[in-house]
Parts: sequence; structure tokens; C-alpha cells
Amino acid sequence: MIETKGLRKSFRSRQGKQTKTVEAVRGVDLMVREGEIFGFLGPNGAGKTTTLRMLATLIEPDGGEATVAGADLRRQPGEVRKRIGYVAQGGSTWDECSAREELVVQARMYGIGKAEAQRRAVRALEAFQLTEYADRKCKTYSGGQRRRVDIALGIIHEPKIVFLDEPTTGLDPQSRAHMWDEVRRLRTEGMTVFITTHYLDEADALCDRIAIMDHGEIVAEGTPAELKREVAGDVITVGVNGTTPQAAKLLDTADYVSRLETLDGGGLRLYVDAGATAIPQIMRTLEGAGIALGSIELHRPSLDDVFLEKTGRSLRES
Amino acid sequence: MKLLRDTWIVFQRQMLLVLRNPVWLIIGVIQPLYFLLLFGPLLKRALNAPTNAIAYQTFVPGLLVMLAMFGSLFVGFGLIAELRAGIIERSRVTPVSRMALMLGRSLRDVVSLLFQSILITVLAIPFGLRIKAADLLLTLLLLAMIGLMLSAVSNALALKLRSEDSLAPLMNAVSQPILLLSGILLPLAFAPIWLQRVADFNPFSWAVNAARSLFAGHPGDASVWQALVIVVVLTAAALTWSARSFARSVR
Ligand SMILES: Nc1ncnc2c1ncn2[C@@H]1O[C@H](COP(=O)(O)OP(=O)(O)OP(=O)(O)O)[C@@H](O)[C@H]1O
Ligand SMILES: [Mg+2]
Repeated sequence: MIETKGLRKSFRSRQGKQTKTVEAVRGVDLMVREGEIFGFLGPNGAGKTTTLRMLATLIEPDGGEATVAGADLRRQPGEVRKRIGYVAQGGSTWDECSAREELVVQARMYGIGKAEAQRRAVRALEAFQLTEYADRKCKTYSGGQRRRVDIALGIIHEPKIVFLDEPTTGLDPQSRAHMWDEVRRLRTEGMTVFITTHYLDEADALCDRIAIMDHGEIVAEGTPAELKREVAGDVITVGVNGTTPQAAKLLDTADYVSRLETLDGGGLRLYVDAGATAIPQIMRTLEGAGIALGSIELHRPSLDDVFLEKTGRSLRES
Repeated sequence: MKLLRDTWIVFQRQMLLVLRNPVWLIIGVIQPLYFLLLFGPLLKRALNAPTNAIAYQTFVPGLLVMLAMFGSLFVGFGLIAELRAGIIERSRVTPVSRMALMLGRSLRDVVSLLFQSILITVLAIPFGLRIKAADLLLTLLLLAMIGLMLSAVSNALALKLRSEDSLAPLMNAVSQPILLLSGILLPLAFAPIWLQRVADFNPFSWAVNAARSLFAGHPGDASVWQALVIVVVLTAAALTWSARSFARSVR
């Protein structure tokens, strides 16, 4: 559905007298398959929005190529526009208009006739549970309602692909869960969904496949399970009461620990080849040094561990 | 034709918003209204006009050109608000004609301007103003072109600058000298020669002269066709420039 090769974009921004060049996207190769929910995971400033804006024909790439829904991004931007929907990160409703008015005018801009546009607006309002507020001005909507209008606007013309830029940012857990349901419903209707997020659990639970982006580059691509499998071994978190630095020093040199990280909360995260044999070893090492063990926990790697392995940083902290 | 259809869609939505909040239409006529009520009565003596009617024949056309200038030059602020709200981006991902995004908005400004101009003209009637329908129509045409031109310029600048903070000082810096050099408040005939020569380079001073001829009942006066030619050429240039910058920054 989407294939990109070496997509690049840099911005020049002026700071005082100096002009600084920011390489927002530096060579992105992507493959998004038909009918999947594809997630773009990355910290702030990774280049997610910039990539999406290029694929949605909003900005011209500096280099590289892409086919979107069978149309060439550079040569047939008009065709691309007809086949995709795009929901911007910052929202897209006008305070003084109602959801219904917005939906009708959006449909009409896609070339849909007046009567049909009105029918589609009614259907979209129902599908996104907005009927109750349909004729109220957008400025009276809650954040979650507004976001639903944004998405309804993005798919009013029944595109093949819809790009959703951080559709759940700023929503409470309940609205987020609802939004996940909406996104899954779009997939059931046969749409390919390209979504960006910086929530690990969202990428893990919602997306069929993900690409992890950092500093304008894709550092990993695959299903969440595949990516996690790539992180060799297991992860063990250890809590020691107040003696974290000593414990860290001790365990870092232990040969069964392949990598160690001190957590914000005071605990330690250890990457080991095999959790089952490492746990007794850890306990013995700490006991030998007279360090009291508070807690110990074994778990499979998370997407954060994937991110950490690929970039050397934790997504949670950045 | 797609351009016409798209322009109509954009225009309809914009007009709906104007009518929903018509207070802005009224705010736009407040300044010329004050001028009409509080400055106009001074004019008979100041201009040494034989009657009030003649004083108003000189004053109201200038007032209308001023309305066209100021009403249209500041429409860019609305576009910046729309840019910020994501409305423009939402339109840009659709296949809607880029030209229509600009034209629909400019037409809204022209319609608002025509309404305001007719309102001011009607309100001047009790002061003794008289004008033939045909002459008024020609004046309105001239005003509509000025509105179209300046609305296009304002929107194009708004797209370039993208911030109220840079647009406002620029608009003030440009509009004040143009206003003073257009002979709107007092005829430039009172001005020293050098000032008149400078004013010759101000297209709006030509427009004011033409509107005055029309209000005086002389549609055949040379100033009328001269102003129409100047304004038509400039409007075409402004539309081209604005459409280009829409096409470029609004790919
Ligand atoms: N129009 C622009 N002009 C200058 N720099 C820009 C522009 N747009 C983006 N950038 C820069 O490009 C980089 C990537 O930005 P982008 O918005 O793509 O990140 P993102 O991954 O979407 O981040 P977030 O999660 O915060 O939305 C950032 O450093 C940003 O400052
Ligand atoms: Mg972003």
C-alpha cells in the first residue's frame, strides 16, 4: 500500500542571525501492507510528522521516492490525495462550525455532491458516536469528541489509507481505549491505517506492524513480537533497598549480565541470556556482598527494550 | 468546471461563517460611519462647497475607497487563524483546487465589502447625497476590484509571514501612507505640487478620483477609464501572485 525509498527532508530555520539545518527525515525506507494497522513509534522530534506530511503530499520531499496507494507521490500528488485521508497531529476543526457542517464541507471538497455529502456526514456522525453533538459548535466539544471529529473528517471520502498523527495524545485512558476500537473498526472496513504514537503500549497492543523511528531514521521494523524477539534473552528488574549504586557496580561486572541500566525509581534493569539461571546467580552475588534484595522480577523484553537496544536510550526517559 | 465548483464550495463555507457572526461586518463599517457622521458635517465649510450634497459627493467616494482598502488589507489575519487551526492543511490534503481556496475567500471579502459600501451610501442619502444607479454600479465594480486585489495581497502575505506579529506592522506601514496619499480625507487638489506628483504613483488616488467623477455624475470622465484600467491590471497581477504563493506554499 505504501512503499518508500530513501525519503529525505531537512528544514532550515533561522535562529537570530544563524541559519540552522535540521535533518528531520534522513532516508526512510518503509513498506506498509494493505489492510494493516502500521505504527510509527518514536520520541518527540523523531521525524514522524514530517514523514507523514510528505506521504500526504503536504510537503515535498528533498529526496527519495514513494508510492502511496498505487500512485507515485512525486508525479501524481492529485491521485494520492484522492486515495488517502490525513488527520493532523494538531487537529483540524474550526471553533465556530459544527461537526456536521465540517463533515459536509470536507466531503464536498473531495468532489462529493451535496446530498451524498449530507448522507455521509450522518453516517460518520453515527459511526463515531457524535450524533448527540452534531449541531453544536466545535468549540464546545471535549478533547476526545474533537479528536473523533478529526478522524471522521479524515475518512469521510472512504480512502484506502488513512494517516493518523498521534490520535490518542492528550486523551484519558477511557477515550484512548475507545479510539483504539475506532481504529480497529477502520481496519475491519478494509482501510489501511498508518498511525504515529509515542506510547509503547499503544504500538504494542494496536499495531500489526511497527517501525521505530529515531533522529529521522528507521531503527527497526517488524511486528511487535518479532522486534521483541530480536532483543536476545530476558529482562530482570531488581530492587535493592537504598544500595543501588553498590549493587549496580557488582552486577555490571558479573559475566552473566549482558547489559545493565539504572532505573529512575531506584531499581536496576538487567539484560541476561536466560532468566531462570540468572536469578539464583544474582541472589547469590548480592547476598555475598551483604546487600539485601527488595524485589526481583523476570519479564520478556518490551518495545522499550527494543528501543533501548537500537538507540542506547530509553523511550520512557526521552 | 472544477475551479468554479470548488470556489463556490469554499465561498459558501466562508460566507456561512460571516453570516453566523455578522458583528464583524458591522465593526468594519464603524470607522467609515464615524467619518460620515462626525467628520462629514465639517466638510461644506472646509471644502468651500456650495451645498452639503456637493460636499458629500466628494467625501463619500473617498470613504468607500478607504473602506475597500482597510477592510480587505486585514483579511490575512483570518487566514492566519485558519492556518493555525489546521483548516488550511485539512483542505490541502483534499484534491480541491488551490486557486479555489484563495478565490473563495477573496470573493467572501468582496461580497462583504459590497454590502458595507451600499450601507454607507444609503446612510449618506439623508445628508443630501444623490447618485444615479448606473454610476453607483460602476463605482461598486471599481470597489470590488480593489477588494479582490487587496484581499489577495493580504492572504498571500499572510501565507508568507504566518504570524500576526509580522503581518500587523507591515500592513500599518503600507496602509497609512497609501491612505494619506490617496486624497481620501481631503482632495489632493489642496496639496503642494510635489505631494500631488507622489500621489500620482498611488493607484488608489486614481481610484478615488474616478469614484468622485462617478458620484458627481460624470461617468465619461477620463479619470474613470484610467482608474479602471489601472485597477484591473493590478488586480490581475495580485491574483496571479497570490495564486502562485498559494500553489507554492500550499502545494
Ligand atoms: N516546518 C519546520 N521548520 C523547521 N523545522 C521543522 C519543521 N517541521 C519539523 N521540524 C523539525 O524537524 C524535526 C522532526 O519533527 P517532527 O514534527 O517530524 O517530529 P515528530 O516525530 O512528529 O515529533 P512529535 O512526537 O513531537 O510530534 C524536529 O526537530 C522539528 O523541530
Ligand atoms: Mg509529530
